[in-house]
Amino acid sequence: MLMKVFTDFMGWIDKRLPVTDAWNKHIAQYPAPKNFNFWYIFGSLAMLILVNQIFTGIWLTMNYVPSAEGAFASIEYIMRDVDFGWLLRYMHSTGASAFFIVIYMHMMRGLMYGSYQKPRELLWIFGMLIFLVLMAEAFMGYLLPWGNMSYWGAQVIISIFGLVPIIGDDLTLWIRGDYVISGATLNRFFALHVIALPLVLVILVFLHILALHEVGSNNPEGTDIKKPKGSMKPEELSKFTFHKQYSDKYDIVDAVPFHPYYTVKDIMYVVGFLFLFCWVMFFAPEGGGYFMEAPNFTPADGLKTPEHIAPVWYFGPFYTILRVIPNAMLGAIGMFSAIIVLFLLPWFDRGTVKSVRYRSKLHLFNLIQFSICFVVLGALGTMPATPMANLIGAIASFGYFGFFVALWFYSKNENTKPVPERIAD
Amino acid sequence: MSNEPVNNGRRRFLTAATAVVGGVGVVGAAVPFIASWNPSARAKAAGAPVEVNVGKIQPGQLIRAEWRGKPVYVVRRTEKTVNDLAKHDDQLRDPNSEKAQQPAYATNAYRSIKPEFLVALGVCTHLGCAPTHHGGDFAEFVEGVPNGFYCPCHGSKFDMAGRVFQGVPAPLNLVVPEHSFISDDTLLIGVGPDVNKGAA
Repeated sequence: MLMKVFTDFMGWIDKRLPVTDAWNKHIAQYPAPKNFNFWYIFGSLAMLILVNQIFTGIWLTMNYVPSAEGAFASIEYIMRDVDFGWLLRYMHSTGASAFFIVIYMHMMRGLMYGSYQKPRELLWIFGMLIFLVLMAEAFMGYLLPWGNMSYWGAQVIISIFGLVPIIGDDLTLWIRGDYVISGATLNRFFALHVIALPLVLVILVFLHILALHEVGSNNPEGTDIKKPKGSMKPEELSKFTFHKQYSDKYDIVDAVPFHPYYTVKDIMYVVGFLFLFCWVMFFAPEGGGYFMEAPNFTPADGLKTPEHIAPVWYFGPFYTILRVIPNAMLGAIGMFSAIIVLFLLPWFDRGTVKSVRYRSKLHLFNLIQFSICFVVLGALGTMPATPMANLIGAIASFGYFGFFVALWFYSKNENTKPVPERIAD
Repeated sequence: MSNEPVNNGRRRFLTAATAVVGGVGVVGAAVPFIASWNPSARAKAAGAPVEVNVGKIQPGQLIRAEWRGKPVYVVRRTEKTVNDLAKHDDQLRDPNSEKAQQPAYATNAYRSIKPEFLVALGVCTHLGCAPTHHGGDFAEFVEGVPNGFYCPCHGSKFDMAGRVFQGVPAPLNLVVPEHSFISDDTLLIGVGPDVNKGAA
């Protein structure tokens, strides 16, 4: 009886909006390669954190006061007087760091298995745009508590725009809306942080997923699960039903429907992730001074520079590249280039073999050295700039950019292994 | 309905013309959104240049002005002080003012427009405390230098051109803000001489 009511209701809806069709196309009958491993959980986790950030963020705005006079005190108020305010804030602040951990792992997966290669270039670019907007979102969010590190961190980053030739000074003035970072800056960052950028982020995530479902998911083997129509024997086809948008065009092999197979797998990892997340949130919400920096527990003061201005850890790699180049202008160019080369990765890699499993030893080595350099750059970004740190930072920056240059050279005629036609059981 | 043949050229022209007019409209509509990010009238008023009467400052005396929320020190240096500036160059971090802590027109031996008047932000470049002016008794901090600034917070030392001594926490010379002279006795803090000339 109840089931019939539901079926009738969905029938009524589906005649007016293709809800069931969309559910099948993107979830219940979406063909996902059967060999996803650990590295494939980070997309789902990123979505989970996005939802967490949006919900806790909305609730934080209910008690946050976006003004130079009221911001710092309102955070204290949230922490001490609002019921569970401390929890909402720690969910949001821990979520910010978790977001970057998850996104960096998600990008690493793309690097390892060549998920940026043709035909997934646009998918990769949407991903990079998400990363860029996420960095802007995090940077602006970090100003909102109006602590002293918020203030001076913003000071350092905004002054980078002052290096733009000719219009630099006017540009920084325009960004700040005042001659110094002030309430005007705080309020516009608040508006962008809570409305503009989240909106852009959600739209980009939507496009990222649409682009993914158009070209299909890659997998650790880097083999295509969509074969030309009619090229496979009937007994070789996947025994599951997939949405006709996919199965009409291709012979689909070695695939399972995203739901329930990967939804269930993801839920298992979500539980594990939440254990770690909650451990940090309840026992180390300040992340040892890396998630929340000590000077941020005193209010913003334009006359008192913290002893050592360090960005939050997730900006570390790019901050180090900025810092190791002695010339400020070249440093800023270096920092932006570090992000631009990531955008261009699909064109730096001229190879056709996707997965590191079937690529050369040289590529494996290059990938490992890149990862090490990235982590080293990140660590250095949180430390004071001693001559020794700068030397190591310069070497690691060289390794970072070297990855792309080397890749361009060797990928054209790389000594790869044959990629299997099918995914083994 | 008219039975005339379709004039495709006219259609294309009208479509293009409509698109151009629409584009102009979009640009026009964007102006208020972009311009609203500029400093508001209130912020501009609060950050406006400050006039200081320097005619009554005695030689060797320091007065404080406030500009954009920061203290500005104005010192009328004696001739001896000005002449002594070059004598301790070897004890300074940046004796020739190579770091951009001052406008181009103050990048000279005195770090000022007129050798007589030092104009500098009274904000230590270490952690932003206010250095104290020691006229005559600075030798207890730096031997042989009678005048200077000493920061009570962490012991940074600056000479009478705001140049930082070696071996102290402050990394840079004191900031010399944009400034100019409207008349012999009137100093304008916040606007350089070039801009001022145009405005006058």
